[in-house]
Amino acid sequence: MLFRSPAMSAWDRFVETFFNAKVMLKYLPDILSGVVVTIELAVLIVISGLLAGLVLALLRSLAIRPINWLIIFVVDLFRSLPPLVIIVLIYFGGPAADISPSGFVSTWLSLALVLMAFSEEIFWAGITSVHKGQWEAARSTGLGFGQTLMNVVLPQALRLTIPPLTNRTIAITKGTALGTVVAVTEILGEASSAMSNSYNPSPLMMGAAAYLVLFLPVVVAARWVETRFAWKR
Amino acid sequence: MIQTFLNPEIIAAAWPIVLAGLLNTILLSLIVVPLGLFGGLLLALLASVRHPLVRWPLIAWVDFFRAFPPLVLLVLLFAGLPFAGLELGGFACVAIAFFLNTGAYYGEIFRAGIDSVPAGQVEAARSTGLSRLQAMGYIVLPQAVRNVLPDLLSNTLEVVKLTSLGSVVAVPELLYQARQAQSLTYNPTPIVVAAIIYFLMLWPLVRLLSRLENRALAGRH
Repeated sequence: MLFRSPAMSAWDRFVETFFNAKVMLKYLPDILSGVVVTIELAVLIVISGLLAGLVLALLRSLAIRPINWLIIFVVDLFRSLPPLVIIVLIYFGGPAADISPSGFVSTWLSLALVLMAFSEEIFWAGITSVHKGQWEAARSTGLGFGQTLMNVVLPQALRLTIPPLTNRTIAITKGTALGTVVAVTEILGEASSAMSNSYNPSPLMMGAAAYLVLFLPVVVAARWVETRFAWKR
Repeated sequence: MIQTFLNPEIIAAAWPIVLAGLLNTILLSLIVVPLGLFGGLLLALLASVRHPLVRWPLIAWVDFFRAFPPLVLLVLLFAGLPFAGLELGGFACVAIAFFLNTGAYYGEIFRAGIDSVPAGQVEAARSTGLSRLQAMGYIVLPQAVRNVLPDLLSNTLEVVKLTSLGSVVAVPELLYQARQAQSLTYNPTPIVVAAIIYFLMLWPLVRLLSRLENRALAGRH
């Protein structure tokens, strides 16, 4: 920076500031380790969140009143709270209750709970959309409740839930970036600390690019899925 | 447990701080929701020009913001732009980030709504002598909005929740104020109070949405 020639054009200055090759090379390993953490977090959130949501929806189909009220309350709770508030609450509130969850665990738990709530609603809507006659027909052929649910209702319900579910899952999984607030060393966290260490925004640009590389293919795939499994009007 | 998480003395002490945050959250929502709606409407109107040279860049624009975490966008504006000599306050950064991010989401919803209005409606409107713009404004948009109202409401819920990101760039909204109060009192009570406020404020909307969504999905089979 000190030896910048006066003849340097504005464009060159811009490139040197935001896409500084030297800085980028230096912090590339940090960003890559951030990518690994982001992927770990995302995979954990998607698997545990969707699984918990499906279990809740199946539990709800048993139609046991007190349990259903509890499920509806929990779902409403995690749909109305901002994810960042849940993360902060678990991370800063936990120690006061003598459990000190790490930032990673706080973020995982929070976003998994949010995904659980949203996916339960979508799974449940899918299950209720299957016509009652289907239940009755399946039961009358001698299938049990569980068999009817698993072999007749769910296959139809899940197909219907795929487009809203993919969109919601992407939106919630992007929230892994919120982990930065509670010191998770995912992409944004690594990029931010690299930026303050180098006093240069290039690491941040690298981090932004990393998010696009990770999520853009998923978004494009989701667009395809959306048309492939579109609701028939 | 109550002493730790809902301490009455701390609630009393932190209340003015948290209340100021609540007011700012409401104010912020009242600014960013219309801003996002405006951006979305603009995108959807552009998309209704069915030229590939318009449509493809728009799809790319929308997908870009669907893939880009809003917090990263916010940090990029807040911490990155100063290096280009452009120093914006936290509030301006939130407004721009929301205009771009939620505009893309709203745009996608409006576009689906406009697509859901049969082409015959436009043809009929045009044949009565309405201009293209009039047909869009008086015939297509009102039906489009009605068709995607649950999605619009659902996105608005997400936008209000997203205003909590303002806390990262020191905008004194509800979460930021609660965290300030928490670090002053060394007690998580203010954050619990903020969470309860968010819940009470947004629960009615969530209930309404849950009804609308169930009806929509069940009716489509």
